[in-house]
Amino acid sequence: MASANRSQAAQGLSLIAPPLGYALLIMAAPLLTILAYSFFKDGYLTVIREFTLENYASVWADPIFHKIMLRSLGVAALVTLVTVLLAFPVAYFLSFAVPAHKKSMWLFLITIPFWTSYLIRVFLWKVILGYNGVINSGLTSVGLIEEPLTFLLYNVNSIVITLAHAYAPFAILPIFIALEKIDRSLLEAGRDLGESRAMTFWRVTLPLAMPGVVAASLIVFIPVIGDYVTPTVIGGGKIPMIANMIQAQMLDLDNRPLGSALAVTAMLIVAVFSLIFVALNRRFLKVRQ
Amino acid sequence: MMKGSGLRAYALLYLLFLYAPILLLPIFAFNSGTVISFPLKSFTTEWFGQMFGNATLRRALTNSLIIAVSSSVLATCLGIFAARASTRFAFPGKGPIMGLIMLPLVLPEIIVAIALLVVLLSLGMTLNVFTVILGHTLICMPYAAVILSTAFNSLDRSLEEAAYDLGETKWSAFRLVILPLVMPGIISSLLMSFTISLDEFIIAFFLAGNEPTLPTYIFSQLRFPKQIPMIMALGTVLVVLSIVLLTIAEYFRRRGVARTGAKDTGGFL
Amino acid sequence: MTETRDNRPEAVTPMIECRGVHKYYGDYHALRGIDLTIRAGEFFSLLGPSGCGKTTLLRTIAGFEDISSGVVLVDGKDMAGVAANHRPTNMVFQSYAIFPHLTVAENVGFGLRRDPRGKAEKAAAVEEALAMVGLKGYGARASHALSGGQRQRVALARALILKPKVLLLDEPLSALDRKMREQMQVELIKLQRQVGITFVLVTHDQEEALVMSDRIAVMFEGGIAQLDGPEALYARPASRRVADFIGVMNFLPTRVVGDTPSGTEIEVPGFGRVEIPASNVSRANPDDDGPSIGFRPEAVSLVAPGAAGHSHVAEGVIDEVVYYGDMTYYDIRLDGSDGFGDKVRPVRIAMRNVFGREVQDVGARANVSWSPGSLVLFR
Repeated sequence: MASANRSQAAQGLSLIAPPLGYALLIMAAPLLTILAYSFFKDGYLTVIREFTLENYASVWADPIFHKIMLRSLGVAALVTLVTVLLAFPVAYFLSFAVPAHKKSMWLFLITIPFWTSYLIRVFLWKVILGYNGVINSGLTSVGLIEEPLTFLLYNVNSIVITLAHAYAPFAILPIFIALEKIDRSLLEAGRDLGESRAMTFWRVTLPLAMPGVVAASLIVFIPVIGDYVTPTVIGGGKIPMIANMIQAQMLDLDNRPLGSALAVTAMLIVAVFSLIFVALNRRFLKVRQ
Repeated sequence: MMKGSGLRAYALLYLLFLYAPILLLPIFAFNSGTVISFPLKSFTTEWFGQMFGNATLRRALTNSLIIAVSSSVLATCLGIFAARASTRFAFPGKGPIMGLIMLPLVLPEIIVAIALLVVLLSLGMTLNVFTVILGHTLICMPYAAVILSTAFNSLDRSLEEAAYDLGETKWSAFRLVILPLVMPGIISSLLMSFTISLDEFIIAFFLAGNEPTLPTYIFSQLRFPKQIPMIMALGTVLVVLSIVLLTIAEYFRRRGVARTGAKDTGGFL
Repeated sequence: MTETRDNRPEAVTPMIECRGVHKYYGDYHALRGIDLTIRAGEFFSLLGPSGCGKTTLLRTIAGFEDISSGVVLVDGKDMAGVAANHRPTNMVFQSYAIFPHLTVAENVGFGLRRDPRGKAEKAAAVEEALAMVGLKGYGARASHALSGGQRQRVALARALILKPKVLLLDEPLSALDRKMREQMQVELIKLQRQVGITFVLVTHDQEEALVMSDRIAVMFEGGIAQLDGPEALYARPASRRVADFIGVMNFLPTRVVGDTPSGTEIEVPGFGRVEIPASNVSRANPDDDGPSIGFRPEAVSLVAPGAAGHSHVAEGVIDEVVYYGDMTYYDIRLDGSDGFGDKVRPVRIAMRNVFGREVQDVGARANVSWSPGSLVLFR
């Protein structure tokens, strides 16, 4: 055999070497360094290379960590829920109602805002939701309200709205792809076997779209939990999330081992939550179309 | 159909929600009021003038362009290798290797930035434009790999064999057949990576040292209400630029799909 | 194996010789010792179900696959270590592999890049090749706008312009609709006679192979089961499996009575005792269901009871009638099947629906006329 297969493997490996090497050097090695640091001692502005679990102990014992981690998880879960719920009908519309030749046009329209200056978009939500913002000044100038509404800014709601907006296309695309894969005759079969439109959706479309929903949830949940900009800009620094805490520990307080332990712990928690989520949905993910 | 029109109305509302912030940008960029609120004052181009006269901003722009051009070229080159390897060859450990290359797509940028920062500092490297390029190439690489994989994948493998069968060598077959056919993908990847890099904040924030980039400059100015109208003007320019670049990228992606005769399966990602 | 057709002296020069060719993909044994000679100037087909190794064999001849062991000679030269781009073979791909970024003329002229001739001469060659495949004046067209049949012609012109010693065709008609396919079959035969190049066709369509080929190699599981001309293959399949693959064949279980000087005497349900000539006895019966005879539905016919001129007549009852317009198929349950177990299935008979001949009903008695020469014995 094997000459062909071996040369295939050799050619493939030599081609993949540059990007793989780059990922190892610029991503994997630093991540491993962080992991190593998390087990080292902090010697104020230096790092003492001695194995310790102290960092993890203090991370777990820290009530602020608990509060911020819980908030981050809560915000991320809420954002994921809102984003996916809002996105599903759009994905459904794209897949089932938009004629084939217009689909890429719609996809393009939906993805465009995603690629335009994240920072400015986030800031604009502050402008929209703020005390003197678009909504308040607009409502005041048309005489609907006397006093500006204050519940709009500097709270978790505003963070959720902003993030749900920022990650919208992330949720639409995987669901759209899953819906596109559904053989249309399955839906006709559902109707043919006596189910109503709604029940066909519930019993056929939704289960088959679940892989897309799961992917969308993860693809929103993971980056949202690590978001740094939105809590800083929208929350005005008063509602920090885990990324802000890591940044503060690493840079402002310059405690790299503790910051590393924080980062590793946060990643582990995210990984565990993601795995549990996937496990809960595994019966949907086994479907092969 | 009632159902279709209800969904359509919802989808249009959703689009409005997506575009609301972007639509507000030019409104306030041309509004002479110094506070971002309604009612509007009068029309002005003052903020654009202020923007063009700002030396720090010019420096940030230069830095951002250097970073975006370098990262997009590097990421696209690496992406070509990854795409060619993954679409054409079977090799041991392919799944995990491709997973590792794609990992930056789901890894929170703050983690990438912090990890890289710690290593760079402990190696005693100075933070500058170059260190940002390192980070941006990493996060652009998966996007480039995905776009280029689509381009390579839609190629019928027998095209390459046909060229080979008609007397060309492996390299000239690549040059005469594969390269022209994936060229739209390459251009699309370059533009996409350029846009991502130009817009990227976190990595630049951590790795640029004292060098400003456009997003870090904008971030630093958001604290000063006086500067906001100018930032609105800058934002307008950036959004227009992004849309133009993305439209060109999409044009090339579609042309690539049409050329190879494949079915268009949709947009980016 | 018997080879009946095309024994003209000029046709016997070997163009392709495979000697003990084996090909493994990992543990999978794709080609199991292929020994094969394809003559210069013949239209040769590799026929078999998918996964039988026919395409692999074609691709080893083209140089796209290395062989694990054995020898492949093209025009007397060992092809070991000769890459596809240096072999005197050209290929028409299943997908046609028309370069979508080039015009029709650029596609056809693709292989002339290294040709020392001048621009005008090359352009003339391209025009000539296009005319040959009936695409005169199509040169400037964009290739992605072509129809399936036109793409195939471009692929043919592109390969033939290089004047290869062998043209390899990988399922070239499978992407076309039925009408177009039948038209292209005729055109390919004409083209092959016109250029005189050896054509090697891979197909899974037995009808296509029978229509087009001078000789056919039937392949199963990486080996050649039979190599013969179309008539011989159809009339005297070497095994039940080949018989089953090519067209429809009736099989009846048989008892061998004994060998005679000129053949074998057997007893067949409904037919009684028959002597089968030695040329119609096949000893390759890998299914091993015991001996059986086979005959084609059109080799027997339904006759009126007592009709004169039929020396061999079996009787039975009509079990099923399938009307096809030009043909009617009858399934007849033959009398005298007792003692052969329940393996005796109804015999299928194909009758042309000529004017005045009535279609019979199910359940009617029927007489079946047969001749010993159309029976093949598998033992």
